[in-house]
Amino acid sequence: MEAKKVEDKSPWLGRSIGRLEDKALLLGRGRFIDDLGAPPGTLEAAILRSPHAHARIDRIETARARALPGVTAVLTGKDIEALTAPLLGVLKAAAHSFPIAIDRVLYVGEPVAIALATDRYIAEDALDLIEVVYEALPPVIDPRAALLADAPLLHPGLASNLVSDRSFRYGDPESAFAQAAFRVAIDTRYPRNAATPIETYGVLADYDPGADAYDVLSNFQGPFSLHPVIAKALKVPGNRLRLRSPPDCGGSFGVKEGVFPYIVLIAAAARAAGRTVKWIEDRLEHLAASSCATGRLTHLEAAVTGEGRILALDWDQIEDVGATLRAPEPATLYRMHANMTGAYDIRHLKIRNRVVLTNKMPSGLNRGFGGPQVYFPLERLMQRIARKLGLDPLAVIRRNLIAKEAFPYRTATGGFLDSGDYQGAVAAALEEGGIEELYRRREEARAEGRLYGIGFAAVVEPSVSNMGYITTVLTAEERRRAGQKSGAQATATVAIDPLGALTVKVASVPQGQGHRTVLSQIVADIFGLEPEAVSVRADLDTAKDGWSIASGNYSSRFAPAVAGAAFLAASRLRARLQRIAASQLNVAADEIVFAEGRVSARGNPENALSFSRLAASPHWAPQSLPQGEESALSETVFWTPPQLAPPNDKDEINSSLCYGFIFDICALEVDRVTGELRIDRYVSMHDCGPLLHPAMVAGQVNGGFAHGLGAALFEEQVYDGEGNLLTGTFADYLIPTVKEVPAPMVLHRHTPSPLTPLGAKGVGEGNAMSTPVTIANAAADALGLDEVTLPLQPSTLAPRLYGPERRRKEKTLARGRDAVRE
Amino acid sequence: MPRLNGERRHRIAFTLDGKPVSGEAEPRLLLSDFLRHVIGETGTHVGCEQGICGACTVEIDGRPSRSCLTLAVQVEGAEIRTVAGLAAGPETLCVLQEAFRARHGLQCGFCTGGILVSLNALFRDKPEASEAEIREVLSGHLCRCTGYVSIMEAALAAQKRLSGKTHA
Amino acid sequence: MKPPRFDYFAPQSSAEALAALAEEGGEAFILAGGQSLLPLLTMRLARPRLLIDIMRIEEWREIRLEGGAIRIGAGVRQAELESFPGLARHQPLLALALPFVGHPQTRSRGTVCGSIAFADPSAELPLALLALEGQVHLRSRQRARSLAAADFFTGTMASARAEDEVIEAVSFPVAGEGCGYAFREVTRRGGDFAIAAFAAFVDERSARLGVGGVADRPFLRFMPRPGTKDLDEALDAFAFDLEAREDLHASARYRRELVRRLGRLALEEAERCRA
Repeated sequence: MEAKKVEDKSPWLGRSIGRLEDKALLLGRGRFIDDLGAPPGTLEAAILRSPHAHARIDRIETARARALPGVTAVLTGKDIEALTAPLLGVLKAAAHSFPIAIDRVLYVGEPVAIALATDRYIAEDALDLIEVVYEALPPVIDPRAALLADAPLLHPGLASNLVSDRSFRYGDPESAFAQAAFRVAIDTRYPRNAATPIETYGVLADYDPGADAYDVLSNFQGPFSLHPVIAKALKVPGNRLRLRSPPDCGGSFGVKEGVFPYIVLIAAAARAAGRTVKWIEDRLEHLAASSCATGRLTHLEAAVTGEGRILALDWDQIEDVGATLRAPEPATLYRMHANMTGAYDIRHLKIRNRVVLTNKMPSGLNRGFGGPQVYFPLERLMQRIARKLGLDPLAVIRRNLIAKEAFPYRTATGGFLDSGDYQGAVAAALEEGGIEELYRRREEARAEGRLYGIGFAAVVEPSVSNMGYITTVLTAEERRRAGQKSGAQATATVAIDPLGALTVKVASVPQGQGHRTVLSQIVADIFGLEPEAVSVRADLDTAKDGWSIASGNYSSRFAPAVAGAAFLAASRLRARLQRIAASQLNVAADEIVFAEGRVSARGNPENALSFSRLAASPHWAPQSLPQGEESALSETVFWTPPQLAPPNDKDEINSSLCYGFIFDICALEVDRVTGELRIDRYVSMHDCGPLLHPAMVAGQVNGGFAHGLGAALFEEQVYDGEGNLLTGTFADYLIPTVKEVPAPMVLHRHTPSPLTPLGAKGVGEGNAMSTPVTIANAAADALGLDEVTLPLQPSTLAPRLYGPERRRKEKTLARGRDAVRE
Repeated sequence: MPRLNGERRHRIAFTLDGKPVSGEAEPRLLLSDFLRHVIGETGTHVGCEQGICGACTVEIDGRPSRSCLTLAVQVEGAEIRTVAGLAAGPETLCVLQEAFRARHGLQCGFCTGGILVSLNALFRDKPEASEAEIREVLSGHLCRCTGYVSIMEAALAAQKRLSGKTHA
Repeated sequence: MKPPRFDYFAPQSSAEALAALAEEGGEAFILAGGQSLLPLLTMRLARPRLLIDIMRIEEWREIRLEGGAIRIGAGVRQAELESFPGLARHQPLLALALPFVGHPQTRSRGTVCGSIAFADPSAELPLALLALEGQVHLRSRQRARSLAAADFFTGTMASARAEDEVIEAVSFPVAGEGCGYAFREVTRRGGDFAIAAFAAFVDERSARLGVGGVADRPFLRFMPRPGTKDLDEALDAFAFDLEAREDLHASARYRRELVRRLGRLALEEAERCRA
C-alpha cells in the first residue's frame, strides 16, 4: 500500500519547480563563453569591416598594423582563402561564399581583414592602421530592384540576383479562382529584423598541426547540420573538427546559428597564427553583420465565396536573403511549406517562391523562422476579406478553421497536422479573454471619438523541423541527384556513475530555456528520485557526445523531441535496472517499483534496495548481473519520427513534426495626439499539448510576445538607398523595454501530439509569428487602414491621424531665440 | 593623482563587494573589462558597450551605474558592488535572488546580474518604491528572454518579502 | 568597441584642470560623468590625447542657491540634482524634466553640465535651460564669461564653448510666484532621446514654449496665452519655423504635428499648474 501511495504522488514533470540553472546564474557564477578564460598566449581578434555596401577591394595595406607592438598577425581574405574552401550552400547556385570578403564586399559590415593581438584593445588599434582601397560599385538594396534586368549583379558568377524561382501547384487552384464569387488580394512587406540576444557571438579556436584538427569553443546553437559545412570549409574531415559549446549561453532565438561563418574565420585565423584565437563580437558587429530574419515581399490572393469561405490561395513570395545565400537559407522560405494554408481548411493553392540577393547582411535563423513572414500576409488577408465582404473578421476566421473532427489533417501541401481543436480554442479564448467586454470598450471609445481597435490572428505553430524540408527548394530531379534528406534525430544519454548517480546528456545546447531542469524532472520521475539528484549536461562536445545533424536548439524541438528522447533513454535504463533488481529481490521485473530513492518489490516495501546501490552495482560487480543481461551503465537513444519523410515528387512535404495552435486577440488604442499605440489587452491562447513546466512555457510565451511586439512596433534593420545601415547601435535598433511590453493574458488548451513521446509540442516561437499581425490587425481596425507596414511607427501614421497638412501661413515670427528678445 | 600615460598600465585600487582589490590598467580600460578580465569578476556581463542594455550595471559609490561607460581609472578609491556581492553567503541566495529563482525571473541569465544590482539599490534606498518606480528602474535593462513579466513579478515579490522583514 | 589610447589626468583643483586644458589645445577632452563621451570613445568617434577628469574637483561639485538661481557645478551628477532638497519647489521644470533624462543608471553618473556641453538637440536638460533662460558659466585659464542659453547652443552638438573652456556651472532661475510649468515629450521608448520635447512656462505676463528634438537645437518662443484664439496659429508658425528634422524615428511632418498638438497641451498644462 505504502509503495502504491508513493507512486501515485504527482510526478515532477508538469510542475514549475525552481530551475537547476538559476542558482549559479543569480550568484553571478554563470559560465558563458567569455567567462571561461583562454590558454596562455591566446590572441584576441578584431575584425575590420566594410563601410561600403558594394565595392571592389583594390588593395589592402597591413604593414603599419602589423608593425604595432602587441600585434601578431593581420590577415586578409586572401590569407583565409588559402586555408579554407567556400561555405557550402543548399543551392548549387549559391554564391561562392567565404566568411570574409576576398576581392569584393557585398554589404556594410562584411569582414575585410582580421587583426590578432595580445588583447582586443590593441587589435582594434591595429584596425585603425589598416588601409583599404575600395572601388565603389552600385549597390542594390530593394529586392524588387534586384530582380530587374539591369540591376547590379552581386555575384558575377551568377546570371542574375534571382538565385531560386520555384512554382508549386496543389489541388486545382485555377478552377477554384474561376468559380469564386470574390477575389481578394493583399500586398505586404515584412521587415528584416533580428532577435539580438544580449550576449553576442563568441569563438575560441585552436588548430593542432599534429592531427590536422581544429578545436573550437563557440556559443553556436545549431543546427549541427552546419558542422559538416564548417568542416568542409576548414578542409578537414568531420572527426577533425571538435566543436564544443560553453555551459551557459546568453540567449539566441535562432541568431546564434549565424556564428558559424565566424567559426570558420577564427579557426582559420588560429591556424594561420599558430596560436589559439579568441573573438568576442561587439554590439556594432552584431547589428551590422551577425544574422537577421529575411525580409519578404508577398502578393497573396484568395478565392472567396460570398460567405467568406476561402477556396484557394495564390502566393507570390519574394525573399530577401541579403548578400549571400548562407546555409541553411533559403530555409526561411520553406519552413512553413506544410502549413501555407495556416489554420484553415483550404485545398487548392499556388505558390511562387523567389529568392533574391541584395547588398545587405545575410539572413539566417531568427525566432519564428518563416512564420512571421507567412502569417503577416495571411492573417492580414483574413481581415481584408472581412472588410471587403462586410463580414465580421472573427466570422471569417471561424468559417475557415480546420474542424476538430478532421484531425489528423493532411494539408494541401503535404503537412500532417497531428492534432488540435482550433474551434474549441478560439471559443475558449473569446470567452476567457473577455471579447464582449472588449467590444463594449471599443464602442464606448469610438463614441467618444477615440481610436480603439481589435485584431485577431489564428496561427499554426510548427515545431521539430524536418531536415528534408529545405530540399523542397530543389526540383524532384535535383533532389534525386543530391540524395534524399529527412528526419529530425534527437539524441539523449542517461548514464550511471559508480556511486549510483544519474547523468543525462543531450545535444540540445540551450540558451536559457531550462532544458536541464526539465530533463531532471523527467528522469527523476522515472527513477523515483529528486530532480536535484540528477545531473544534466546540455552543452555539446562533438568529439565525445552523441549528436547528429538535427542536434541543437532550434525549431522549438526541445519539448517534443529532445525531452522525448531523454524520456525513452531513461525508460530503457529503468527496464534494465528493473531486471537487475528483480534478480536481487527475487520478484518479477514488472513488480519492481522506483520511489523515494529506493527500489522495491511492489506491495512489499521491506524487500528493497537503495537506488544508488542498485544503480552502481553494474560498475562494481558486472559479473553478478543476471544471466543474459548486458551492462546497464548507460542508455543512449537516437529518436526520429517516421512522419518526417523527404518531399515527394509532387513537392508535398511535411516540414515539421508537430503543429500547435495559437489564437490571439489584441485590443489597443491609438493616441489621437501623438499616434502612440497603447495595448489595452492582449490575449494569447496556446495549444501546445501538455505543459512540461508551466512557468517555463509562460516564459517562452511572454518572451515570444515581446519579440512579436518589438517586430510590430520597433524593430527593423534599416538601410538607406546606398546600403548604409541606419540601425547600427542599440540607440537606433530599438528593443522594447519593460515600459513597452504589457503582460499578455496567456491561456492554454492541452491537445497532446500523438507523435511525440510526451505528447508535447513546441511553444517558443508562436508569438513571434502571431503577435506582429495581431497588433497590425488591431491598429488597422482602430484607424480603418487597408495597408499596414511594420514596424508601426507613430510617425508613419501621421497622414492617417492628422489628415492633410495645411500649407504654412505667411511667416509671422522670426526664429525662436530672437523672439525671446523682442 | 599625476597625469597617467596612455601607453602604460597603472595600479588601480578600490573596494569590490566589500574587499579591497587592485590591478593594473591603461587609462582607456573600461571598468567592465577591468572587473571581468583583470580581477576575474565575470558575473558582470557586457552586452553593448554603449550604456543601453544594462547588463554591465554595477553600483559605484552606492549608485547603479554602467561599468561599460566608466573607465577603471575613474573608480580609484571607490566602492563597487557587483552581482557577486549580493549573495547572503558564499553560496546562499539573498532575498532578491531567491525571488528571481522562485518567480522564474530569468532565462538565459545574461542580463540578470545588472538587473539585480539595480533592484537591490532601489529596494535598499526606497523600500516603498511604487510599481511605476520599479518599472522605471527596470527600463534601464534590456532582456530578450522573459518579456519582463516574470522579472516584474520577481521584483514585486522580493520587495514584499524585504519590506516584511524590515517591519518584523 | 574599445577606446583608443589617451592620457588621463584627474586634478583636484580647477586651476590644474584649466591649465591642462589650455596646454593641450583642442586635444584634451573634459571627462565628467562620461555617459555621452564614453560611447564616442568606444566607437572611436572621438580621439582625444588627454582626458581631464573633473570629478575630483570639490569646488565644482556643489549645487548653490544664489541670486535667484540654482547654480549647478560642473561635477554635479543628474541624480544629485534630482535628489536636491526642494528642487520641485525651487524650479519645478527641472524636477519635471530630469526623470526623462536617460535612465536612473545613467543619471547616477551623468552630469547636468555635461549634458549641456554636448548640446544634443534632443536632450532634455539643454531644452530646460533654454526654456528657463538660464545661463552657462564658462571658464578658461584666461577668462570667465557667462552666456545666455540661447547664445550657447549653436547647432547640432555644437555650442559657443571655446576649446579651452569648461562649463564651470550652469544656472537655472528659480521659480517665481504665479508661474506654471509643464514638460512633455514623445520618444519611441521610455528613456530614449526625444522625437519632440516641450518645456512650457507660463507666468502672469506671458507664456513661453521651448521645443527640443525638432530642430538642430532647442528653441524658445513667446506664445499667446493658452485659451486665446491666436494660439493655434502661433503654434503652426512655430512648427514650420523650426524646420523640423527628418530621421529614422520620425518624419518632419510628424514633428510639426507634435509641436502643434503636444505644444498646446504643454502650455495648457503649465497654465493649469499656475492656478
